[in-house]
Amino acid sequence: MKPTHLFQAEQLVAGYENKTVIQDVSLVIPSHKISVIIGANGCGKSTLLKTLARLIKPTSGTITLDGKPLGKLPSKPLARVIGMLPQSPIVPEGISVADLVGRGRFPHQSLFGGWTKKDNEAVAEAMRIMDITEFANHPIDELSGGQRQRVWIAMALAQETDILFLDEPTTFLDITYQVEILDLLTDLNRKHGTTIVMVLHDINLSARYADHIFALHQGKLVAEGEPSEVITSTLVKDIFGLDCTVIEDPISGSPLVVPRGRYHVNQEV
Amino acid sequence: MNNQSIQFIVTGRRQRRRRWILVTGILAILAVGLCCAMLLLGNTIYPVKDVIRALTGEQLKGVSFAVNTIRLPRMLAGLFAGFAFGVAGYTFQTMLRNPLANPNVLGITSGSSAAAVFCIIILHTSGAVVSVASVIAGLATVIVIYLLSRGTSFSIGRLILVGIGMQAMLDALISYLLLVSAEQDVPAAIRWLSGSLNGSQMHQLPPLVITVLVLAPVVILLGRHLDILELGEQSASSLGVATDKTRIVFILGSVFMIAMATATTGPIAFVSFLSGPIAKRLAGVGFSNVIPAGLVGVNLVLAADLIGQFAFEYRFPVGIITGLLGAPYLIFLLIQMNRKGEL
Repeated sequence: MKPTHLFQAEQLVAGYENKTVIQDVSLVIPSHKISVIIGANGCGKSTLLKTLARLIKPTSGTITLDGKPLGKLPSKPLARVIGMLPQSPIVPEGISVADLVGRGRFPHQSLFGGWTKKDNEAVAEAMRIMDITEFANHPIDELSGGQRQRVWIAMALAQETDILFLDEPTTFLDITYQVEILDLLTDLNRKHGTTIVMVLHDINLSARYADHIFALHQGKLVAEGEPSEVITSTLVKDIFGLDCTVIEDPISGSPLVVPRGRYHVNQEV
Repeated sequence: MNNQSIQFIVTGRRQRRRRWILVTGILAILAVGLCCAMLLLGNTIYPVKDVIRALTGEQLKGVSFAVNTIRLPRMLAGLFAGFAFGVAGYTFQTMLRNPLANPNVLGITSGSSAAAVFCIIILHTSGAVVSVASVIAGLATVIVIYLLSRGTSFSIGRLILVGIGMQAMLDALISYLLLVSAEQDVPAAIRWLSGSLNGSQMHQLPPLVITVLVLAPVVILLGRHLDILELGEQSASSLGVATDKTRIVFILGSVFMIAMATATTGPIAFVSFLSGPIAKRLAGVGFSNVIPAGLVGVNLVLAADLIGQFAFEYRFPVGIITGLLGAPYLIFLLIQMNRKGEL
């Protein structure tokens, strides 16, 4: 089981050059849980994730890991605790799957040290979890979108961090692969205790897989808690501007958002 | 099951590693062979024994002059410049993830050349002043290109286009300087147009040799950081690379090496552009290709120089030969990138 960490953001303000996106967000990431950040397009969920994963420097406010400010921790040891899977990672042409996954071992390697047995084990384990061992020696260019996504997650797993941030890990994937990826991430969380924080586009999948939801609206944190408490028709109306009915998902029991539209308004559920 | 899958992964990795070692070894042996050829071949072919005796300091009439004063500096200039061009070119191409992003295309080489020509023709200086001026000009070119191409967000395409424009301007400046120069300076300055090992002299070499001996090991040691930078800004940061600092180290290291090499031999066309892709094609992509790229650079320069010296009726400077090799590859690459929609 991974160690417990206190990962905390206080009065976070962040954004790009002359545009503030995140406004005064304070939150604590629940350790050993799956947290999902939801919100409409452009509400800043991806920016918040990147700021937490220290890819964007906050304008003001603090992010602390076990009480220490993130900016003051040296980047390599920090990369052994926090990992991040960007939304569109870049693939070096012709690289084999195993070698790419192996690059996740970088923060565990010293400047003069070579490749160790432990590196091999971590790579093999990451590939086993993501079920891509059979492709180990294939060039990544030959894989399908869903397989590639598993390779990227495997790279993040080989990094063996306690906390893993993922920016829309299921975009561009068919629904089958979306469920598969989210199941694999849940395995990771349940078996290894890895704290997972991700941005998901699909509110129903978010409700189903999240232990904890952070709902973001125009850069502000408007609600947080268990999906069953947070996801209500009022919240969906507020943050997405969508009229809907929330029912119980017959499979998982989590909230299920059923949208109304101009052509489908009158049928009561 | 788990042990088996580890074994499967380890075996694949070991095979790729073996290929890398084999290719690097062959490239190194080839480079040593070409170095020997550079010492042995010339207008007169002396016995190997005499060449070795001359190199170890014995005074032999004719041999000593030909070997120690003409062939040895020529060989060393090619060796170190080739390695510098290869390593620096590969560093830029990998860091910016684009084979077009190399010191030639970005105009860094032209910046250094222009400064060197200016020093020689207008200021009538040589040696250390030329070296310092070409390093400063190389760095200044990088900074200007970077500032001009910055825009609202960093774009490699814009960087390359600005670089090409910069290069055209600097090349025009070099041509202008050559036109206004005194007639007796032209032969010395003409090497700045094509790059040549002709007339390399021992006393010109120390700045280049020291730079390469100090900076190439740094780049080689940080090879793994370069591989991580290749994964893009976000992945690299989350893997624990201090991206800004690391990039500055690579840019400074590469520009210093390029500038020193350019100050010594002139811009040997396309070597920094060709070395990386050739090394990757030969050694594979799993492991850091800094060393193979440097060795390919050495082999290209020395082989092209030998071809230029002995294959034709006239002697051609090395840059003409590498230019003949590189230009078709540039066209091929542009067509390929255009097809993939990367341009």
